[in-house]
Amino acid sequence: MTTHVATDEKNYLQEGHTLASWLLTKDHKRIAVLYLISVSFFFFVGSIAAMMVRLELTSPRGTLMSNETYNKAFSAHGVVMVFFFLVVAIPAIFGNFLIPMQIGARDLAFPRLNLLSWYFYMAGGIMFLIAMMSGGVDAGWTFYTPMSSIYSNGQITLALVGAFVVGFSSIFTGVNFIATIHKMRAPGMTWWRLPLFVWGHYATSLIVILGTPVVAITLLLVVFERVAKIGIFSPELGGDPVLFQHMFWFYSHPAVYIMVLPGMAVISEIMACFSRNKVFGYHFVALSSLGIAALSFIVWGHHMFVSSQSMYQGIFFSFTSFLVAVPSAIKVFNWSLTMYKGSVWLASPMIYALGFLGLFTVGGMTGLYLASVGTDVHVTGTYFVVAHFHYVMVGGTLLAFLGALHFWWPKFFGRMYPEGVAKWNALLVFIGFNLTFLPQFVVGWLGMPRRYHYYYFAPEFQVYHVMSTLGASALAVSLIVPAFYLTYSLFKGPKSPPNPWAARGLEWEAAASPPIKHNFHGVPVVVGDVYDYDAEAEELALRGMTKEEA
Amino acid sequence: MISLKKMNQPQDTVYEQFEDLAQQQETYVLGMWSFLVTEVMFFGVMFMSYIVYRWKYQPYFYALHKELDWRIGGINTAILLASSFSVALAVHYHQKKKKMNVLMCLGFTNLCAISFIVIKLLFEYIPKWNHGHYPGPGFSWDNPYVPSHIAQLWFSLYFGTTGLHGLHVLIGVILFSVLMYLIAVDHPSISDYLPTEMLGLYWHFVDIVWIFLYPLYYLMPK
Repeated sequence: MTTHVATDEKNYLQEGHTLASWLLTKDHKRIAVLYLISVSFFFFVGSIAAMMVRLELTSPRGTLMSNETYNKAFSAHGVVMVFFFLVVAIPAIFGNFLIPMQIGARDLAFPRLNLLSWYFYMAGGIMFLIAMMSGGVDAGWTFYTPMSSIYSNGQITLALVGAFVVGFSSIFTGVNFIATIHKMRAPGMTWWRLPLFVWGHYATSLIVILGTPVVAITLLLVVFERVAKIGIFSPELGGDPVLFQHMFWFYSHPAVYIMVLPGMAVISEIMACFSRNKVFGYHFVALSSLGIAALSFIVWGHHMFVSSQSMYQGIFFSFTSFLVAVPSAIKVFNWSLTMYKGSVWLASPMIYALGFLGLFTVGGMTGLYLASVGTDVHVTGTYFVVAHFHYVMVGGTLLAFLGALHFWWPKFFGRMYPEGVAKWNALLVFIGFNLTFLPQFVVGWLGMPRRYHYYYFAPEFQVYHVMSTLGASALAVSLIVPAFYLTYSLFKGPKSPPNPWAARGLEWEAAASPPIKHNFHGVPVVVGDVYDYDAEAEELALRGMTKEEA
Repeated sequence: MISLKKMNQPQDTVYEQFEDLAQQQETYVLGMWSFLVTEVMFFGVMFMSYIVYRWKYQPYFYALHKELDWRIGGINTAILLASSFSVALAVHYHQKKKKMNVLMCLGFTNLCAISFIVIKLLFEYIPKWNHGHYPGPGFSWDNPYVPSHIAQLWFSLYFGTTGLHGLHVLIGVILFSVLMYLIAVDHPSISDYLPTEMLGLYWHFVDIVWIFLYPLYYLMPK
């Protein structure tokens, strides 16, 4: 790899300053920035809804809002966070920006399709915002029939159409990534030299193109059922509401991996860079992503252990769900071993990655309780489930998102943020998160049902709910603080060197920070292995020695 | 002046993100196949629903399939097969740069696609609508051997699946018309045969979906 960076050249941020130069751009980096702004906005909306839910639950009597408003609050939280944050955030922002750079390409394969995907995302998002403000949605993010198709009076139709449209945005991104990763790699960039970030996104894209169409058409059938009164899922017409659940979870369980695989992809990069070590068992980590993608399609029935699904199906899905733990555990063990004999550097991205490691492990382990049919019957529909998937989705994906934001911020904008504040804030995220969701495991195990706006029947649960709400408040603070210091750094932050972390990879070694419009001067040629860090030499260098002297 | 004799093509356009024409073509074809995978999954939901309910209500489904005329469906099947053949010929002629032949083949394909829609509307959708055989509150049903709600379910599946397929045929008509215009005026965006090939792939997919729909809905064993 060659390092030659001309500093007097225009970077991608300086190629035009008009609004049109942003809204009509075909540059994958600018589209990533558009996504960064819009995804942050939807994350803010979803967080407000979360705070409403948490505030309501501080009292066992449900004094703050009516049960209907509460239903709308948690539905808004679920829909916005799942469809407009978790599924989109890491692939559309960091995948978009980094995949072409990491494989040595000038852009994604289909730049216009990439821009179109952002417009679909915005169209779907605006539709959902309108639905939320003109009556709201009270059927939860899962839109189970016949609640969503017959009984709910909210703006379900508009919300479903919004989710349908945003599904196309995912599909466009997935098709784009697959074509790009297959066909646009620079000379020498073989499959086994691809960064694990690219491997993770490749597996994600496979799930996206196989799963998203299924949920899109299923949601559309619910729309038809509401509007035209056709009856695929209507028991009155001989239809089967559980068929909806099957088709919904056929996408939505793999979607959990759409949300967490990109997070895992980020963690591999951060672990390698801040341990100054090659990722332990690189091939296994790469293949475990594909293993998760494959297994993700045969586990959906574990969401339906208490439905009319047969016992034998339950046993099958229980078994396959346990199998998913294998590739997930391979990843966790290999990340831990990456630090072994490394030179660990506790910068803010690494603190987020370590937080991910711990929280994802708790989330994964508690998933095993839910994968075994007997235990699941006891805790299904309780706060235990809520705590479990927040450990995976927030503890996993959100921490990876924040880690990625801090790791690649200098690459995006060429500025450094105040590292001291960032480190303490990363710690606050970890503490606030645990304070929010650990008590939910306990209260769920004791029997607190999810989606209830009161619990006067068990006032002894209040202490757990108050702890949880306190934690959520700390978490809220820890998410507002980065918004301030990152925005501040855009204008006043010190200019970053091209490679502030001394990281490996084409995006750091062969491109400027921020990159030029076509990413590289000419086509980079890859000769070395991926993650060719030398932890031993760096440790010795810290002591002022070379390998020969030692 | 529009020449119909031969392709008056500009130099092959390689977009800025690609290294050369071969890479660009391979990427486009791979992208198209990935898109077709998503289409398979789209229709998969409709087929899955059909399988579930036919499993549950096979005797009723058998009685209901007589509501459809296998001859009309057969004619439409033949039309689509012919159109798939002519679109394959169009790709062949485009590779040989024989403009008139390409336009004729695409024109024939488009004509088939339009006749498919017209036959579907005139002989199937509109008569069924007039008989009140559309699912919903206005559904009217007088066959005592099949309960009305099962009939509604069946018509929901029928209209949903063939409607989704018909929508794809309609999109095909629009895309074929645009492609024919662009080829006729030697538009610079048609610098090689690839647009014809990609649209051809799409069209074969639409054809294959119908190949499955026809026996499932029209030719049911007892």
